[in-house]
Amino acid sequence: MLEYILKRFGQSFLVLFIMSVLVFVGVNLVGDPVEMLINPEADQAEVERVIRDLGLDKPVSEQYWYFLTNALKGDLGSSFIYNEPALKLILQRMPATLELALFSLFISLIIAIPLGIYAGYKPDSKASKTIMAGSILGFSMPTFWVGIIFIMFFAVYLGWLPSTGRGEIGSFLGIESSLFTLNGLSHVFLPALNLALFKISSVIRLTRAGTREIILQDYITFARAKGISEKRIVLVHILKNILIPIVTVIGLEFGSLIAFSTVTETVFAWPGMGKLIIDSIYNLDRPVIVAYLMIIVTFFVFLNLAVDILYTFLDPRVRLKGINQ
Amino acid sequence: MSSRDQNFKNFWRDFSVNKIAVFALFVFLSILFVAIFAPLVSPTDPYDLNSVSIMNSRMPPMSEDFAGNIYFLGTDGAGRDMLSAIFYGLRVSLGVGVLSGIFALIIGSIFGISAAFFRGKYETIIMRIVDIQLSFPSILVALIILAAFGKGVEKTIIALILVQWAYYARTARASALVEINKEYIDSARCLAFSNTRIMFKHILPNCLAPLIVVGTLQTAHAISLEATLSFLGLGLPITEPSLGLLIGNGFEYMYSGDFWISIFPGIALLITVASINLVGDHLRDMFNPRLQ
Repeated sequence: MLEYILKRFGQSFLVLFIMSVLVFVGVNLVGDPVEMLINPEADQAEVERVIRDLGLDKPVSEQYWYFLTNALKGDLGSSFIYNEPALKLILQRMPATLELALFSLFISLIIAIPLGIYAGYKPDSKASKTIMAGSILGFSMPTFWVGIIFIMFFAVYLGWLPSTGRGEIGSFLGIESSLFTLNGLSHVFLPALNLALFKISSVIRLTRAGTREIILQDYITFARAKGISEKRIVLVHILKNILIPIVTVIGLEFGSLIAFSTVTETVFAWPGMGKLIIDSIYNLDRPVIVAYLMIIVTFFVFLNLAVDILYTFLDPRVRLKGINQ
Repeated sequence: MSSRDQNFKNFWRDFSVNKIAVFALFVFLSILFVAIFAPLVSPTDPYDLNSVSIMNSRMPPMSEDFAGNIYFLGTDGAGRDMLSAIFYGLRVSLGVGVLSGIFALIIGSIFGISAAFFRGKYETIIMRIVDIQLSFPSILVALIILAAFGKGVEKTIIALILVQWAYYARTARASALVEINKEYIDSARCLAFSNTRIMFKHILPNCLAPLIVVGTLQTAHAISLEATLSFLGLGLPITEPSLGLLIGNGFEYMYSGDFWISIFPGIALLITVASINLVGDHLRDMFNPRLQ
């Protein structure tokens, strides 16, 4: 067990190291940030001074070593554009992204779980077939395009909801978030719904598959034989059993919501870290690109590590396989 | 009747059970036709600077210009006919999606089947890489590659291949592991056929069904992902206007109510991806032994 966990830890750090080399070397091959930053009329001495200040005159390997040792100290370089530490820039924007992702997770669950249970409970009804067809449509719809449609319809045509930016920020129990003000909620609603669409489709499918399996189990037949009402069977017996697999998947899916929020944030001009990375790619702001990618890769590596370790506690088969290898 | 004809007949009999899937296949083939023959079926050449006039920019659908040309789906900001732009865009989107799918299929199958064939350390390493890659969302993998290496046609295709190959490798390995234990592989080994021959002449053909299912669903995903990346300005350059870029072009006119510039390319994209998904979904059910 301990051996397996240590192995997984070692593997995670190896992945992180390889990713850091790939990302750093890759980003250093793109365009020339000096050109973007320097006044075109600057003379040669000025150009050289900037190159020296940014450390761009050193060989890539030396730049990487410098980057790695600093990264371990928590210093991921300073943005060329904002002239602020890249890590600070990203951390400033992280709450906006997290609240968007959390709210959209919430929306997708309250919509998808009831629909999925219904589709699994009555698989042959017209409504269930419509729900399943809708979920294929949801899979097929390009998120960014649906976002544009939302803005056109709800913001431009109907004028009900604002289409860009983050609203007023409220404070509750010491946590600052725009989810605590009405204005903030009105701003977060459209982007969160947009981001949720894809998740709604996948959670519907997952819930439906789970429901169909559970409904065949003996304890459901037994509950029916005991004369328990159908309502109670659905709300207690089915719902409770279905939540276990769903909660595990959601843990992983939360990460993908954060990755996909780059798209939604760009469409809705949401000031999160996803929009920051896209803007930074346009501006060739290398330290911010590298810092964002490293932070998000670290986040994913540890998310997966946590899920894997959790599984070893829940499922002995995984544990044994890890020892045999 | 040859056995190939018979096979096809059996396949079609199973496939045509689902009317929606048949319709989706018909829609997809029509789209493919339009994409391949875009220069012939388009009313105008949207990228011929002589025939495009800025005077005609942002005309709503069904409007007519002074020369009497009718623009069924309106025109974009540069005065290009949207319908023609969509036809040409489908060409780029499908081309990039299918090309990357084929390469990913080849690379993934080679790694997957050889992993199942040779086992041992080689298999462990390959499958670990696959597992690690699949633990990252596809858009993140594509984002890392394109952020690191910049945009462009080849880079987008490379990014899409790298996103997809792991799915093919996993599928190919899983089905190859089943095939390898069958008797015909033993007899091929007794005949002292080379490893390459056994892997690609004997095992691969028998793994094709699940690979095709993954292939259809992955191609739909790749087309959608390419559109997303191009919309974000990270995928294809403006010289290769895919549907994603067309939608992105319309984005700036959205607040002035010129809905058609973004909406129609999006509908084309949606229909393409949905039709492939519907066909793939049905193929998956067909090849799934548990449902038979």
